Amino acid sequence: MYKYDHYDQAMVDARVEEFRDQVRRRIEGHLTEDQFKSLRLMNGLYLQLHAYMLRVAVPYGTLSSAQMRALADIADKYDRGYGHFTTRQNIQYNWIKLEEAPDILADLAKVEMHAIQTSGNCIRNISSDQYAGAAADEEVDPRPYAELLRQWSTFHPEFLTLPRKFKICVIASEQDRAAMRLHDIGIRILRNEAGELGARFYVGGGMGRTPMIAPVIRDFVPLDQLITYSEACLRVYNRYGRRDNKFKARIKILVHEMGADEYTRQVEEEFAHLLSQGIEPPTAELERIRTYFQDPAFEHGALDALDRSDPDFALWVDRNTMAHKQAGYINATISLKPVGGIPGDASADQMRLMADLAERYSFDELRVTHAQNIVLPHVRKADLYEVWKQLDQAGLGTANIDQIDDIIACPGLDYCSLANARSIPVAQKISQRFAAGGKADALGELKLKISGCINACGHHHAGHIGILGVDRKGKENYQLLLGGSEAEDTSLGKITGPGFDEDGIVDAIERATDVYLRERGEGERFLDTYRRIGMEPFKEAIYG
Amino acid sequence: MAEVLPLPSEGAGSGDHVQFRFRDDEPLMDPAVTVDAFIDQTNATAVRVEPGDDARKLLPHLGRIGLVEVNFPAFTDGRGYSVARILREAGYAGELRAVGDVLIDQLSQMKRCGFDAFAPDKPLDETDAKAAFDRWPHVYQPAADARVPIWNLRHGRNQEQNG
Ligand code: SF4
Repeated sequence: MYKYDHYDQAMVDARVEEFRDQVRRRIEGHLTEDQFKSLRLMNGLYLQLHAYMLRVAVPYGTLSSAQMRALADIADKYDRGYGHFTTRQNIQYNWIKLEEAPDILADLAKVEMHAIQTSGNCIRNISSDQYAGAAADEEVDPRPYAELLRQWSTFHPEFLTLPRKFKICVIASEQDRAAMRLHDIGIRILRNEAGELGARFYVGGGMGRTPMIAPVIRDFVPLDQLITYSEACLRVYNRYGRRDNKFKARIKILVHEMGADEYTRQVEEEFAHLLSQGIEPPTAELERIRTYFQDPAFEHGALDALDRSDPDFALWVDRNTMAHKQAGYINATISLKPVGGIPGDASADQMRLMADLAERYSFDELRVTHAQNIVLPHVRKADLYEVWKQLDQAGLGTANIDQIDDIIACPGLDYCSLANARSIPVAQKISQRFAAGGKADALGELKLKISGCINACGHHHAGHIGILGVDRKGKENYQLLLGGSEAEDTSLGKITGPGFDEDGIVDAIERATDVYLRERGEGERFLDTYRRIGMEPFKEAIYG
Repeated sequence: MAEVLPLPSEGAGSGDHVQFRFRDDEPLMDPAVTVDAFIDQTNATAVRVEPGDDARKLLPHLGRIGLVEVNFPAFTDGRGYSVARILREAGYAGELRAVGDVLIDQLSQMKRCGFDAFAPDKPLDETDAKAAFDRWPHVYQPAADARVPIWNLRHGRNQEQNG
C-alpha cells in the first residue's frame, strides 16, 4: 500500500501545527465560532449533540495493521473505547474534546494518517472499491488513481471553499461495490477499444434530499489528462454552483439545472484551456505511485480449496467471502453488524484483533467498506478457517454480508444534531427480528439502509429497502422506500406511502419481505422481484 | 522551503487598506470600477470583480488593467479563487488584490491562486499572518504561484511551471 515520503509527512505535520495554532487562536478569542467552524470542519471535527465528533480519513478505504492499531489506541485514549466506521470508508469518534483534537491529529500523523478535508465544503477523502487490487473482476487496481487524486485535491488552493462538499469515487471494474454513480464525481477506470486505460467520468450524482444518479459526461479521459480533466470539472462547479441555497449547492443540482450537455460543454472548454497550462503531474509520478500497489508476495501454487466440514464456517464462507484474483486466496469480509449491534462500531480490542489478523494472514492490509464492514483482502484459503475461528471468538464472526441484517445506518438522533429520528435502535430491532429463526438467511441478498433525516447519510435512497426518519408532529416517524440500488444497476427507491412508528416500520418490512418470499422467481433477489412485479403488491401487503 | 515574506506596505491603494503587498511597483491610486463599467470606460485602469462576475470578460482588456480588486463579501464564498487563477492563467501581471472578508487562514491559498496584495476589512495580526503565509513547506499541485509541486520535486523537475 501507499507509503509517505518526506514530502507527504511534512505536509501532514504542517497541518497538525496549523490546526494547533487555529485552536489556540479560537481559545484566545482571535477567531469567531463561525470562522473557526469552517477550519475545524476541514479537520474533520463536527459539533454533535453531546460532544465533538472527529472523522479520520482512510484514503480509498485502505489501512495497514499499524494504522488500525493506532485507531484502536485513539479510541482508548481519547474516546470511550470504540470507533465507528462510516459509509465513506472513514472512521469517526463520537466523544472527542476540542482541546485534545490537535494531539489526536499528531498521533495520527505518526502513522501517516490525518483528518484533512473529511468535512467542510471541499474535496473529501477519495473512496474506492474495497476489493481493489484483490478482486477477480477488476481491470486494474484503481487505487493509484485515487492516490493521485488525493494528492491533487489536498489543500488545492482554488477548491477549499466550494459551494458544498465534494465526493469523488474511483473504481475499475464493471461491478460497482462503491456506489460510484452516487458521487459528485464517479470515475471508472477502463480500457478503450485500442486496449488503452482511461477514465470514464460520471458527474453530478448524490444522495441527500434530491438524489440523482450521475450521468456520463466523458466516456474516456486518457490517464495522462486525469488531473486536468478533474480540475476542469471542479472549476466549472466552483464558478457556477449555486451559493444562494445550501440545499441546492451540490454539483448534482448544477448539472441538473444546466443540463448535462451544457455542463459537459463548459467542462470541455475549460479542459481545452487548462491543457495549455501544463498542470498535469509527470507520468513518472503515477508510475511511482503504482509501485506501492503491486501485488503482495502471493504464494504461487497455494492450495485452492477450503475444508467446509464445519457447517458454521461453511455458512460464513458463503456469506462473507469474495473471489480473489490470485488462486489459493480469498477476500474475507468481517461483519461489523452483529445481531442487535450498532452498525459499523468496533471496540478497540476488536480493532486490535483485526490488525493482528491482517498482519499475520493478509499481507498487513485491511479495507473499510462503504457498507461499514472490514475486509481482509488477501487471505490464503488454507488460513481461512483459523482466521474465522479467531474472529468468531471475538464476536466478529457474524455471517450476514449483504443480507437484511447487514444494515447501513447513519448515527441518527443518538448523536447527530440534524437528525429527525434515531437510526440505531431501528437497525437493532430489524436485525433482531430477522436474525431470529433464520429469516435473514432465507431472504438472501437484501440491502437495507437507514437515514435519520433527509440528508441521507445512511444511503436510504439506494437500499433495496430504505428507511428515512422524519419528524411527524414532534414524533419520530419512519418512511419506507423500496427498489433502490447503489450497485452497477443504480436506482433510487420509491416511498411506499404513509410512515410508521418504530415498531410499525419493523412490521412493515416484515410484510414486504413476505411478499417477496411468496412471489420470488428462480434465483431472484428481493430487488429483482420488486422490479418485476412493481410496488402495488407490496403496498397492499403493507397497508392492506 | 518557506518563502520569505517581504515587508508589508500599509495603507496603499484605492481606499481599501492594503495590509500585505508582495510587489515592488508603485500601487495604482485609481478608483476601481465595476466590471461592466470598466468595459465601457476605455480609460479605466482599475477594476473590482464581485463573486458573480465572469472574469473572462476582462481578458480582451488585460493590457490596460493595472489593478484588479477581487471582493470576498464572505470568506466562505470561494469564487474569487477561480477569478484570480483565470486572470493569471491569461497572463495578467498587474496587482491582484483580495479585499473584503479576508482572513488569516485563507491567506496562503489566496496567494497560491495569484493574489499579491491583501486588503482585509479588519486588519490581521501581523505575526499570525506571517505564520500563515509561511505555513506550507511544500505544495501538492500547481496553481498561479511559482511554487513547484511535490510531484515535480519527486522526479527532479525543480523548475517553475507556467501554470
Ligand atoms: S442522515 Fe441526517 S441524521 Fe443521519 S447522520 Fe446524516 S444528517 Fe445526521
